[in-house]
Amino acid sequence: MNSADMNTAPDRTASPVAPTPPPSLQVRGLAFAYPDGHQALYGIDLTVRRGERVALLGPNGAGKTTLVLHLNGILTPGRGSVAVGGLPVERQHLREIRRRVGIVFQDPDDQLFLPTVGEDVAFGPANFGVSGADLDARVEAALDAVGMREHRDRSPLHLSGGQRRRVALATVLSCEPEILVLDEPSTHLDPVARRELAEMLLGLEPTMLMVTHDLPYALQLCPRSVVLDDGVVVADGPTRELLADTELLRRHRLELPYGFSP
Amino acid sequence: MGTGHAHPLHLPGSSPVHRLPAEVKIVAAVAVVLCVVATPREAFAVFGGFLLLLAAVWAVARIPPGWIARRALIEAPFVVLAVLLPITGGAPYVEWPHVGQLGLTLSEPGLLGAWNILVKGTLGVLTSLTLAATTPLRDLLLGLQRLHAPALVVTIATLMLRYVDVIAGEARRMRMARISRGHDPRFLWQAGATARGVGSLFIRSYERGERVHLAMLSRGWTGRMPQLSQQRTSRRQWLAGLSPVAVALALAATGWVLA
Repeated sequence: MNSADMNTAPDRTASPVAPTPPPSLQVRGLAFAYPDGHQALYGIDLTVRRGERVALLGPNGAGKTTLVLHLNGILTPGRGSVAVGGLPVERQHLREIRRRVGIVFQDPDDQLFLPTVGEDVAFGPANFGVSGADLDARVEAALDAVGMREHRDRSPLHLSGGQRRRVALATVLSCEPEILVLDEPSTHLDPVARRELAEMLLGLEPTMLMVTHDLPYALQLCPRSVVLDDGVVVADGPTRELLADTELLRRHRLELPYGFSP
Repeated sequence: MGTGHAHPLHLPGSSPVHRLPAEVKIVAAVAVVLCVVATPREAFAVFGGFLLLLAAVWAVARIPPGWIARRALIEAPFVVLAVLLPITGGAPYVEWPHVGQLGLTLSEPGLLGAWNILVKGTLGVLTSLTLAATTPLRDLLLGLQRLHAPALVVTIATLMLRYVDVIAGEARRMRMARISRGHDPRFLWQAGATARGVGSLFIRSYERGERVHLAMLSRGWTGRMPQLSQQRTSRRQWLAGLSPVAVALALAATGWVLA
């Protein structure tokens, strides 16, 4: 009896009908005011399931970046909570949280601070305790995923904008994050680099939250979109439907490029 | 590992000197400079010996002496001070050989002081240039880290190495934007816009610093740079790298005996 129990227990967790994994990201009633009193977020609720790709849309000053900085505990919520893969964002879990949430910042020059591409890609995993051959393998895999392997020993200074963006992505991929958060990934990219980045992002596995004003990019990459304005979620649904709602877009200062219709 | 485009003070190569680990070269360079400084200034010939020692290192590292000499001009501003000493120094005085009616009375301790500054300064600059010529900047950082330099110093130096070009680029773009709008600062009273440009560059760099810090925190930074390389330095490498130091020590000792 006993031994049979012990045999079935691990099987149950390993089987495909195991209980669904916790959502990659769960934000509940998140409110935040900056120290100067400016209230940036008024109770945000957002759930991103594992493997989903979600676009976070909103005009300038809507609170998008403030929300992003809550996801890995750089800002601490005034009220409400954030959990990543079931783990609450709290001081004692910060290290694990920051491994799970991979933020790619808007300006790759802010992200890439070490003398060579390879060292920068190794920085994250080294901080999370990976070393030696494992670290090397992580760096290779991340650079392969973004097609930048042959640039490993170069300085980020001598790369093009598109290449820098891809390396910045690799520095986060090497941490093997649960959720990838991209802040305006398409800014300052020429059309070819923009398309190449999109193709690469579509090939990546992790759950993705993409903050952007670039509505066609959201449509191309994310089946679901969330519109944030004035610190609240004002719409959440299939990207194509949201972009077809001209009244919604107009109300929240979002605009499709000239001649574009979803 | 190179950093792509080289720094102007670095001469890429694959000589035995280039291949030595950076920490060995740092220790050797500091030790040689200490020997030079410890040599009494009256031991004139010994300084020639130091120069020969450096020339030998350049030969092994295949650095053309002219290449080093051009970069040694960095020292020029400091020479001015040395030139003043013989004129402003105290007694006893020596007479400069007369040329027509012109005579020059020079202070003897001043002359010796000037020689002291000039020769030790030059040898110090040449030693540093040799280190810089054979070691890429990022290897220097690696060397400092292995020598257990304070983590904060290594972090700051690493960030400087990365961002000095970013900030210079930003300054260049701001300047171009000013010039494109007809700014043509030729006189002092027109420098206001440039000064404000420097101010806004400072603010921008400060803000960039904050963003870089946030991005570092997001990747789990805890205030310590991860070890950049796992390679170990062998005893042979230390011995090879420190052999010029032995020569320098012998030279300094000779100097004391002679004086």
